[in-house]
Amino acid sequence: MDIENKKATRESFGEALAEIGKDNENVVVLDADLAGATKSGIFSKEFPDRFFDIGIAEQDMIATAAGLSTCGKIPFACSFAVFSTGRAYDQVRNSVCYPKLNVKICGSHAGITVGEDGGTHQMLEDINLMRGLPNMVVFSPSDDTQTKWIVNEMTKMKGPQYIRTCRAKSPKIYDENQEFNFGKAIQIGDGKDATIFATGICTSEALKAKEELEKEGINVRVVDIFTIKPIDEEIIIKCAKETKKLISVEDHNIIGGLGSAISEVLTDKYPAKLIRMGIKDTFGESGKAEELMKKYNIDKDSIINCVKK
Amino acid sequence: MKITDEDIKELKSHANEARKSIIEEVYLAGSGHPGGALSVVDILTVLYFNQMNIDPEKKDDLNRDRLVLSKGHASAALYAVLAERGYFPKEELKSFRKLGSSLQGHPDMNKVPGVDMSSGSLGQGLSVANGMALASKMDSKGYRVYCIVGDGEIEEGQIWEACMTSSKYNLDNLCVIVDNNNLQIDGEVTKVKKSVYPLKDKFEAFGFEVFEVDGHNIDELIMTFQKVRQTKGKPSVVLAKTIKGKGVKFMENSVEWHGKAPKEEEYKLAMKGLEEMGD
Repeated sequence: MDIENKKATRESFGEALAEIGKDNENVVVLDADLAGATKSGIFSKEFPDRFFDIGIAEQDMIATAAGLSTCGKIPFACSFAVFSTGRAYDQVRNSVCYPKLNVKICGSHAGITVGEDGGTHQMLEDINLMRGLPNMVVFSPSDDTQTKWIVNEMTKMKGPQYIRTCRAKSPKIYDENQEFNFGKAIQIGDGKDATIFATGICTSEALKAKEELEKEGINVRVVDIFTIKPIDEEIIIKCAKETKKLISVEDHNIIGGLGSAISEVLTDKYPAKLIRMGIKDTFGESGKAEELMKKYNIDKDSIINCVKK
Repeated sequence: MKITDEDIKELKSHANEARKSIIEEVYLAGSGHPGGALSVVDILTVLYFNQMNIDPEKKDDLNRDRLVLSKGHASAALYAVLAERGYFPKEELKSFRKLGSSLQGHPDMNKVPGVDMSSGSLGQGLSVANGMALASKMDSKGYRVYCIVGDGEIEEGQIWEACMTSSKYNLDNLCVIVDNNNLQIDGEVTKVKKSVYPLKDKFEAFGFEVFEVDGHNIDELIMTFQKVRQTKGKPSVVLAKTIKGKGVKFMENSVEWHGKAPKEEEYKLAMKGLEEMGD
């Protein structure tokens, strides 16, 4: 992990969109007056004829994307996660997932790390909403390299998909040669004292915790779950067998997110205790991203304490 | 294209056959929405038999015209007209709303040949139609997109979001049809939300070319859709004055028949009336 080399996954997402736009002329992008923030604006500058600013009308945007997809276009519909999955939930459900259309739902500014905008804009339920929908695939990237791989993969895949990106910057975890596979998590390290399942912006926090713990002789592994649906059952069961303690950490409500998804696998396949770190069924508040991660116990130090407890 | 009296007679006959199918579908299912299906069936007949560039033999043709039935609860009418047009055997209509049937309560594009979009949750179809019309423009395909909405349905805010998008992109290949029967589940539109009216002024303000028509008059519908085609640079809306339950006397203008199936005696009475109308 390169701590100094930081970039927000929304930025990586925007760059990747502009890149795939060059290769595939069926890719179209829609936004709802947030192109500068979601970074779809990078695409709009390169391909103005394939960019549609629908205005502050997320419901209209999602269903318009559905219509475009029925005619062979590959639409990426972008807004803050709170709007693209929450405001437009019924459109995603009935006009995208029910007919299984090739629409990519993009949610930037997910999680408490949105920061100063506060609780109304900090989407902590999007993984829950999207993962509960039949036909939907849910991606939650942790760094620049992975985000770009996912966007590229989404373009090739058919059907509804959701990608969750963040406003706050996170360090580069993977170099350009890293191999990713759809539905397969990445295991980093093979410590047996604990497994830390992490996703999104929390993966780098887990990796920082891993490094510090090693200095104290505590050996943990980090499993970066970037495809939350379908989830990598195999690696969850393997880690449950091999490690003494299981922890999940996410910038999302502990209800319905990564921790819940892992619990479902454990309950069905290999009953084991899981400690779910995340936002404990509450809304967020204004503050700096790092202050909020600390206060809501999803930062490096909270993870270290949890492993040691 | 010149329309002859013979053409009109044939279209009327198709519409009447579709009406009988609607009654049979709903009767056999023991549930469904006959009122709104009967109000929209003449419009669907004119579109699928006379106006749209479609071919049941080439149902996936990329250049075909599209139709989005945004008021998806009128599925019985869409299925009846598609079957009448030859997309699938009329026999299948008997399975409407039954377990295992492709004819779901609300249209499923992945199950029914000829259905261009799944619908059912009101207010979403116009946005979808905009997306289709945009794609047609982008690819210079020239296909047209029709979208049928209910007058109660336009209480949904998304319809007006979509109207702004239609006119922003000058979608002159888009034609919205409002099935204006003035009845919704809780009663008359004028009572539930009278500010739905005036329709004409609203759509004009949103940048549409507005046409008004008797939604049961085949001649008038044809002439109107021909005029719609001439509209350039902006989207069109056809405000179709209709009668809920049209063609079955005891169902006409009665909100009670929005979502109810006829019992055996009522079914027989309805079919008898439609047989006589067909003669």
